Amino acid sequence: MNKTAIIIGGGVAGMETAIQLLRLGIEVYLIEKESRLGGHLNSWDHLFPNRRDSKEVSEYLQLGMNEGISLHLNAEIDTLWNDKKKFNIKLKDGTRLNSDALVIATGYEVFDARKKEEYGYGIYDNVITSVELEEFLRNNELKRLFEGKTSKRVGIIHCVGSRDEKVGNLYCSKLCCVTGVKQAIEIRERMPDIEVFCFYMDLRMFDRYFEEMYFEAQEKWGVQFIRGRLSEAAENQDHTLLIKLEDTLTGLPLKMNVGLLILLVGFVPSPETRRLASMLGLKEGDDRFLCPADEHTLTNSTKIPGVFLAGTVKGPEGIAGTITDARAAALQVAAYLTSRE
Amino acid sequence: MKIEGKQRIWMDYQKEIADDHFFYVRSCVRQNFFPGSEKTFLRILQSELQKDIYENPSHTTCSGIGYHADIVPFETSMTMVARQFALMTEAGYENFTTSCITSFGLYSEVLETWHHFPETEQKTRDFLYKATGRTFKKPSNVSHASDIIFKFRKKISEKGKYRLINRQTGQPLRVVEHIGCHYSKMFPSKGVGGAEYPYVLTGMIDEWGGEVIDYPERRHCCGFGFRQYFVQANRGFSISCSKKKFESMEPYKPDMILTNCPGCPMFLDRWQYAISEMEGKTYGDNGYGIPVLTYEELAGLVLGYDPWDLGLQVHQVPIEPLLEKIGIPYDPEMKFRNISGQDIGRPESPSFLKFYPEKV
Repeated sequence: MNKTAIIIGGGVAGMETAIQLLRLGIEVYLIEKESRLGGHLNSWDHLFPNRRDSKEVSEYLQLGMNEGISLHLNAEIDTLWNDKKKFNIKLKDGTRLNSDALVIATGYEVFDARKKEEYGYGIYDNVITSVELEEFLRNNELKRLFEGKTSKRVGIIHCVGSRDEKVGNLYCSKLCCVTGVKQAIEIRERMPDIEVFCFYMDLRMFDRYFEEMYFEAQEKWGVQFIRGRLSEAAENQDHTLLIKLEDTLTGLPLKMNVGLLILLVGFVPSPETRRLASMLGLKEGDDRFLCPADEHTLTNSTKIPGVFLAGTVKGPEGIAGTITDARAAALQVAAYLTSRE
Repeated sequence: MKIEGKQRIWMDYQKEIADDHFFYVRSCVRQNFFPGSEKTFLRILQSELQKDIYENPSHTTCSGIGYHADIVPFETSMTMVARQFALMTEAGYENFTTSCITSFGLYSEVLETWHHFPETEQKTRDFLYKATGRTFKKPSNVSHASDIIFKFRKKISEKGKYRLINRQTGQPLRVVEHIGCHYSKMFPSKGVGGAEYPYVLTGMIDEWGGEVIDYPERRHCCGFGFRQYFVQANRGFSISCSKKKFESMEPYKPDMILTNCPGCPMFLDRWQYAISEMEGKTYGDNGYGIPVLTYEELAGLVLGYDPWDLGLQVHQVPIEPLLEKIGIPYDPEMKFRNISGQDIGRPESPSFLKFYPEKV
């Protein structure tokens, strides 16, 4: 075909798009701002719902990365322009690239929990995010979180930065609920003497085996689920946390001391996604994620011919969905390039 | 506790506070609750800071208490607020300063309403003109009086005679700070430091040498809460709120409580007496309770003003133990004498909460 595509973003979506485009005979340039590929996948220990090691998925993607892919790590985009024939990119190190198609796969970042000031993240010692918990799980250091603690209770707070008008994010991040269930099970599995409470608005167990996992958490692991949104957290003298909320099933206010508070942080578009959207003139939705050309039928195309979207630049998505979406994006790119021959 | 986390939030909530030429409106209730506070504010601004501050005796209530008690319609409140602005305009001022936290909240709410719904501003202007023939300009700056003391806290410190240090131990006094709900909980961006970790009082305490206590029920209501108290049947809830706070702060051994609202010092002070009478329980050192001060009173003490000129004799919780900790001299004989030296009478001593002088 002798056509080229630049993929911006070397996370799950970018890697899978690159692999598939290479298989379709397209020359691929993959640009990643970090020193290694994998994106957020590198932050996770085990994956829901089957709790496989995330490294297995990383290894699968790495297997597909071969010499046919021109890889640019630690690469930041300085300028990007379309001269009607090619997409041109100048990297900050001076490297210049051009291609016939462009795939935006710059993904998401997690919500900055400090914006929920009343939860005390970044202020109280024992408030962490779900991403930070994964780091402890991955390094087998969970016990370190409870050393010297007077409370053996953990509170897991759902919907932090999601479905929250106050922080300007009305959307659901889809995957926090199941992440919370997974992490609750993992805590109970590794430290049975720790009591785990999940505080939720409603549990969105939408995908295959999610509901089963939720039942397992309750029946096998004794995780307690309380419907209510956290009002505020405050630090006690012994550095445990006093949390306040309303249990909306009993209709009563609830106060509890916990030794550790875990905030299930949602998705927000990455700053790079928004920067590229601005450079290219791509449309953002009210949720600030990028809009495809059509929400149902052209889910990987944009209004700009030759510019495609893959993965979580369009909104929250899990790994399986992201890989599927990346494959769809690769097919759309190939179809576009074939049509120009 | 990571102080840098709080400092980052404080940086996010900076507000513009006018430097001079203030039009001052008083609180409806503070002159009865803590009669020396507003006078002290004027004294500090005029005598210590050489600022121009003006008050018009024709100003009225802002109607905030009636508004929050659902007995004054918002349209009426907006018109009364507009009249205050008209007095400010007629006097040639642009910087509006309130003594009351609820007024500050209401002025902020009215201005926000006019900003987002300009037709309400026009309607209010029509009402005001028809009723009084007055017109007005909106203030270019609205600050609560505590914002102004906060702004000039360093100057007060420089001129100060005393610091918030226990003279016997050399340790900083441990201070509970409590902001009024209507200061920044309605509009976090209008309060110094926002709503969750407000800095307005913390900044004064830090600057004057004290140490702020962050206790679990720091954000909880003082117990006023308007309907908790105005509706007589709810007063048990009011005192329960205050008690919850005292129980929560007690393990931290606070030396005093600092407030910036008319209601908070009233309830945190007087309910200590009521709790002691009901349950025999007192908080603070040796049965004397935890002294509760307004920011003007504390600034006055730092500046070396006579405690009785500040009106501290009308506090229920005796102030003397705090004065002794800081090393501020006072004349016990003058506690219950008026400006002419006449005896104004003494309150009955409580059953449990200790009082100065102890024998009456």
